[in-house]
Amino acid sequence: MAPKLPPQPPLQHSTTAVADGQAHGHAAPPKGILRWLLTTNHKEIGSLYLIFSLIMFFIGGIFALVVRAELFQPGLQLVNPEFFNQMTTMHGLIMVFAAVMPAFTGLANWMIPLQIGAPDMALPRLNNFSFWLLPVAFTLLLSTLLMPGGGPNFGWTFYAPLSTTYAPPSTTFFILALHIAGISSILGAINIVATILNMRAPGMRLMDMPLFVWTWLITAFLLIAVMPVLAGVITMMLMDINFGTSFFDAAGGGDPVLFQHLFWFFGHPEVYIMILPAFGIVSAIIPTFARKPLFGYASMVYAVAAIALLSFLVWAHHMFVVGLPLAAELFFMYTTMLIAVPTGVKVFNWVTTLFRGSISFESPMLFALAFVVLFTIGGFSGLMLAIAPADFQYHDTYFVVAHFHYVLVPGAIFAIMAGVYYWLPKWTGHYPNERLAQWHFWFSVIGVNLTFFPMHFAGLAGMPRRIPDYALQFADFNFVSSVGAFFFGTSQLLFVLVIVLCVRGGKKAPAKAWEGAVDLEWTVPSPAPLHTFETPPVFQRASH
Amino acid sequence: MSGGSYYVPATSRWPILGSLALGVMMVGTGMKLVYDTGLPVAFVGLIGVIAVMGLWFRDVVIESQGGLYDAQMDRSFRWGMGWFIFSEVMFFAAFFGALFYVRMFAVPWLGGEGAKGVSGLLWPDFVAHWPLLNPPDAAVAGPQQVFSPWQLPLVNTLILITSSITLTIAHEALKEGYRKTCRNWLAGTVLLGICFIFIQGVEYYEAYAHYGITLEAGIFGATFFILTGFHGVHVIVGTLILAVILMRIHKGHFAHENHFGFEASCWYWHFVDVVWVGLFIFVYVL
Ligand code: HEM
Ligand SMILES: [Cu+2]
Repeated sequence: MAPKLPPQPPLQHSTTAVADGQAHGHAAPPKGILRWLLTTNHKEIGSLYLIFSLIMFFIGGIFALVVRAELFQPGLQLVNPEFFNQMTTMHGLIMVFAAVMPAFTGLANWMIPLQIGAPDMALPRLNNFSFWLLPVAFTLLLSTLLMPGGGPNFGWTFYAPLSTTYAPPSTTFFILALHIAGISSILGAINIVATILNMRAPGMRLMDMPLFVWTWLITAFLLIAVMPVLAGVITMMLMDINFGTSFFDAAGGGDPVLFQHLFWFFGHPEVYIMILPAFGIVSAIIPTFARKPLFGYASMVYAVAAIALLSFLVWAHHMFVVGLPLAAELFFMYTTMLIAVPTGVKVFNWVTTLFRGSISFESPMLFALAFVVLFTIGGFSGLMLAIAPADFQYHDTYFVVAHFHYVLVPGAIFAIMAGVYYWLPKWTGHYPNERLAQWHFWFSVIGVNLTFFPMHFAGLAGMPRRIPDYALQFADFNFVSSVGAFFFGTSQLLFVLVIVLCVRGGKKAPAKAWEGAVDLEWTVPSPAPLHTFETPPVFQRASH
Repeated sequence: MSGGSYYVPATSRWPILGSLALGVMMVGTGMKLVYDTGLPVAFVGLIGVIAVMGLWFRDVVIESQGGLYDAQMDRSFRWGMGWFIFSEVMFFAAFFGALFYVRMFAVPWLGGEGAKGVSGLLWPDFVAHWPLLNPPDAAVAGPQQVFSPWQLPLVNTLILITSSITLTIAHEALKEGYRKTCRNWLAGTVLLGICFIFIQGVEYYEAYAHYGITLEAGIFGATFFILTGFHGVHVIVGTLILAVILMRIHKGHFAHENHFGFEASCWYWHFVDVVWVGLFIFVYVL
């Protein structure tokens, strides 16, 4: 049951606290650029994360459009295959590590302290450090494109020996950049766990927390558990490349398949890291706009926990064709299918929350509803891929590309956009321009489906992924996909426009910007003052 | 839960300087590895990282001594340190996982065992065994012999276990208010740490000079050095931390009832100790 709010006291507290902020040890923040460089404020750091992520979203998007432009028709037209491979690789790396993950971390920074009634993150300086590692890491990563021999060209999964024996020289820089990004994620996650476990307003139990906070608690646990494994595997790559070890070289007794096991032990939980916070956002938005509490709060929490635990036991479903023992094929097939159960619990929860609600369709809700429908399509194609014998056919085809783009674009990214539209009034004090936001929504939905739906067919018909040229029979599907991609990409400029307009002005938003909203963030003024909840609010549980 | 006086630090320049320094260090390292230049750049970065860490922790110590931290802040540090150690556990888990996989699956399969034994076709003469002295391909020279666990490794095991005990005694002494006793046992712990590092250095020398255990010596050398190497780095860091704590004890820091800085370094040291026991069993004995 989502918590209801105490009438208004926190608002009083926070405004007085701001007035005598000096007494609480806040010197006036430095002016100009330094303020952003040196800040320890969770809201400013949250904004930095979000802006960084938006920039990277466009950079990664441009790489994707290079790929789609080349695939517009069969034959080699625009780029040579070597560069094509760098584009697919960089697109994946940037979108995963520099766009989606930082966007969620930015939302966490902004919203978790507000949702649990905390004055800031538990470790504010560490928070700033986590952020500033990212621009360093990704400048280094992007610079590999300009190095002799080009940037990484082995796919975002960087399988050995493509990424060791046959890799371009810049791979060492790629590894070091990823190390920095990994440190950033681990420290950020530690901070989030400490904040959630230690900084809740008096009276707020774990089972009172909004679901966004719950999903982030579990996501942070996943991050702390698997980012070090990624660090380990890339360190082994570094050693194989530069120091002559044979971790992934059978000639010395190692095994390239070992790379895949280690990578996917990180990689599968990683895909949940990119979707669990999205579940949290959608679970906040749907009850708000259906004006009904979430159908089953506790079952949502348990489902997220179950998904997270199971995610450690399914990694080899990415490796069905690599030559696993039969027992392993079966084990990983069944565990993978098992994950669909808690995932289904979540989808049913959202649907039943909608049932008999008095629904209104503002832009956050539109994105959330599209999330439920389109993410579910991605879940179903996932189930198809989970069937090991069927995957022998689907693996490494465009069907897989269709699957993970459905869960990541109208999944993770739509949820991020929903969250941005939902919380923009809290951040800026203005409502986003609803008309433009709705145009953005419809263009995005159409663009996403145009781009990714045909990939299912291309994949089932046998088109392999990661190739710059293809057989003639795939031409129509690819034509549609490329048109859709440019349509989708261009319409994202609308997103930027809405945000910029909203920062600069627009309809004034009250503290409680949405009629049906319940969580603590809606008790502080809009825009939220720089310092909130310096005296903790007293949390009152809804009577249930 | 919130108490109301949580200390939110003002702006700080260490985070951004730290990330820049780390970036410089990585660029220098990459230049050294790929183009064989740039070692000075890496060193400048490293010095920057160390300097920033020192200054950052100095701020924390000053704030702590100045009484700015409350019990809630203490809990934030505890959670932070606890989860940091968990992340370190997972880092080592990756290397242990690699070792187990290689020993249980990869090497036997290369030797022709099991349904996946087809890879045996590549090197039909290869015989699977562990420690792997003769890697499949003749181009890779394996180690000539491996260490007996009952010599230097056993000594090192005893040293580390003893150091965990001496550290615990130091901690108990601090809690009881016997600061001098605490200082002495802590100094002993630091000395044991230094002994360990020294012996490990001797072992590495032996490995290269007489045993043929090198980074290039096939999968045995690779797993041996990555596990013992990262562990060794952790011992060095842990010893440095304990040395700093020793200096702070000397200066009169740390209250009897509340001294998380001290405790955190104990946690870290015990963690490093436990990893070594795992290493001793799985790398040396079995
Ligand atoms: C019902 C839940 C899901 C199931 C059963 C499932 C199953 C699978 C399987 C079996 C594959 C491997 C296909 C192959 O390579 O042959 C796969 C790939 C993938 N899945 Fe899912 N999945 C699910 C949900 C998700 C979610 C929620 C995400 C991310 C938000 C995701 C992201 C990915 C990605 C990125 C890949 C491809 C990685 C690559 O090879 O580049 N999946 N999925
Ligand atoms: Cu997976």
